[in-house]
Amino acid sequence: MSALLEVRGLRTVFHTRAGEVWAVDGVDVEVRRGECLGIVGESGSGKSVTFASVMGLVRSPGRVAEGQIVFEGRDLRALSAREMRAVRGKEIAMTMQDALTALNPALTVGEQIREALEAHDETLPARGQARRAAIRAKSVEMLGLVGIPSAESRLRQYPHEFSGGMRQRIMIAIALACRPKLLIADEPTTALDVTIQAQVLELITDIRARLGMSVVLITHDLGVVAEHCDRVMVMYAGQVVESGPTEDVIASPRHPYTRGLLASIPRPGLRGQPIKPIEGQVPDLIGMPPQCRFYSRCPLRRDACLAPVAMRPAGEGRSARCVLLDEVPA
Amino acid sequence: MSLGKLIERLLQLVPVLLGVTLIVFVMMALTPGDPVQIMIGDQTITPEQEEALRRGLGLDRPIVERFFVFLGNAAQGDFGQSFYHRRPVADVISERLPATIELSLVALIVALVTAIPLGVLAAIRKNSIFDKLATVGSLLGVSLPGFWFGILLIMLFAVQWHILPVSGRIGYASEVPTITGFLLIDTLLHGNLPAFWDAVKHLILPAVTLGLPMTAILMRVTRTSMLEVLRQDYVTFADAKGLSRRRVLFRHALKNALIPTVSVAAIETGSLLGGNMIVETVFGWPGLGRLVVESIFLRNYPLVQAAVLLYAVIYVGLNFFADILYTILNPRVKL
Ligand SMILES: Nc1ncnc2c1ncn2[C@@H]1O[C@H](COP(=O)(O)OP(=O)(O)OP(=O)(O)O)[C@@H](O)[C@H]1O
Ligand code: SF4
Ligand SMILES: [Mg+2]
Repeated sequence: MSALLEVRGLRTVFHTRAGEVWAVDGVDVEVRRGECLGIVGESGSGKSVTFASVMGLVRSPGRVAEGQIVFEGRDLRALSAREMRAVRGKEIAMTMQDALTALNPALTVGEQIREALEAHDETLPARGQARRAAIRAKSVEMLGLVGIPSAESRLRQYPHEFSGGMRQRIMIAIALACRPKLLIADEPTTALDVTIQAQVLELITDIRARLGMSVVLITHDLGVVAEHCDRVMVMYAGQVVESGPTEDVIASPRHPYTRGLLASIPRPGLRGQPIKPIEGQVPDLIGMPPQCRFYSRCPLRRDACLAPVAMRPAGEGRSARCVLLDEVPA
Repeated sequence: MSLGKLIERLLQLVPVLLGVTLIVFVMMALTPGDPVQIMIGDQTITPEQEEALRRGLGLDRPIVERFFVFLGNAAQGDFGQSFYHRRPVADVISERLPATIELSLVALIVALVTAIPLGVLAAIRKNSIFDKLATVGSLLGVSLPGFWFGILLIMLFAVQWHILPVSGRIGYASEVPTITGFLLIDTLLHGNLPAFWDAVKHLILPAVTLGLPMTAILMRVTRTSMLEVLRQDYVTFADAKGLSRRRVLFRHALKNALIPTVSVAAIETGSLLGGNMIVETVFGWPGLGRLVVESIFLRNYPLVQAAVLLYAVIYVGLNFFADILYTILNPRVKL
């Protein structure tokens, strides 16, 4: 399987009054064609910033400082702003963490779908009645796809006239409108109640299978990962600490942090459990010493951990960032 | 907009108007100066003649009685006679009103047309040289006294460079018979383009002077709300959709950012009324503002009272209008 998206050595910094915050500090990501990659980690571990960097959406005071972001062989960081706009929404689409604030309150839902189609869809008729009719048909189709009934009449409505779950689906419909090759779904279910959560996730998995796209699923919920993701990547304090096939990582976590995460969840009912933070605090990202970032909270820490710790292979298709791997061969 | 809401607003107007009338009466009573003495000037008349004059104007009655008489008449639409003009106040005011409305509307348009683009640009180029100049400029705009700025403009454009006229609404040679009272419209209705152009030239300096503080305020409001809106998730999401920068800025950001701007503009239009008095006086503009100033000096009580009531009605009306605009622009709010 070839990689659709390959990120190498990504570093993204925010210049704050308190100092430089390296929210993403040397992250590698690989997303393969057709797969679902899960991203987990505590709040503030850099999940959203990593993929905002991929999309070229990091705003001042933030900046992507280093790294390569290669999508289908093209380095996205080398693209002009205009070329990047042609990638966003068309090749890589994103849903935002908070659906309630991601839709524009002053524009109708119909317009917010239409403009995405107009920006990218070259199969539409060039102008006139035929174009309007085609856009309308596609918009209705997309809303139907995400399970919004009587879509035709709802296109004229504003976001506040929809429930939270519906807005989440509308955002997904917009993201999927141009048939992207990669969907980045940033916590698509956090704001929703449990039954709607399940529906939205089913929807994404279902559409993924139908459209053959890849999905990056950012979540706090390991149960969601277990159910929907082929591979998983665990982030901690701006770095990836472990990655590998979901089943393997859950069955035998290699990194103490992953182990901690899993230990905090009752085994059979993985689903619906939020990640319970392990003892201690996530370290302050400002002025972080070059040691293992989990050091202060790690039950297995030792002197070797005070040096910089790199990712190491940890078995078939797996890797982890921990010195213990050198001692206990995987 | 329900009928009940409309009636509620109209009822709110009653205490406002009562209060305003009372305040004007009290202030007039406290202001030194006697309208009769002013009318007499340096003519010599007998005390009997003076007494008759005073009685004729109703000024021999106690102030409390005058207050209630005024209220009673005003409630029936009678605002009395202008002491000075010896004609009904309502007539005098309605003659002068179009000049003021025309000037205010043009000032408002000038303010909106300059403030919104400048505010948007300042927000997009936050912390740039342009942004800093705009900040200083708007600070000057709100703090420069209108009469000072007006005189400065007259000195430069009229006296020094002879580009624009010093004062008035239109040159004698260009005067046209009144149809609507709005010269820009009347000159066009008469098909008199040179006169139209003359009226435009007369309007420029007073409109700029009158509109300057409003321009400054609206620019700040636009800049602030644009910056606020640009931080919103829906702008990021619009970017994530790969929309053009123009569409993200003007359709997604500006449409929301204009909500406060338009509301403030509607409310601030009320403050143009106060500005009018100064600007019309400086530019010899034959409108209501100058009439009121003259009437205050002449202690022409009935006219001042009626004009202030009119100001109050306009002010409340504009606030109401601002609320309506807010609902139209903001689909989330239902009145
Ligand atoms: N605009 C910003 N200014 C300063 N620092 C920021 C900004 N945005 C993000 N950060 C920093 O980046 C870190 C990572 O943020 P990010 O949003 O990627 O976390 P996350 O893993 O998505 O968390 P969550 O699960 O809460 O969404 C934050 O802890 C914060 O310190
Ligand atoms: S490197 Fe050391 S401190 Fe870090 S996770 Fe491994 S054992 Fe713990
Ligand atoms: Mg996040």
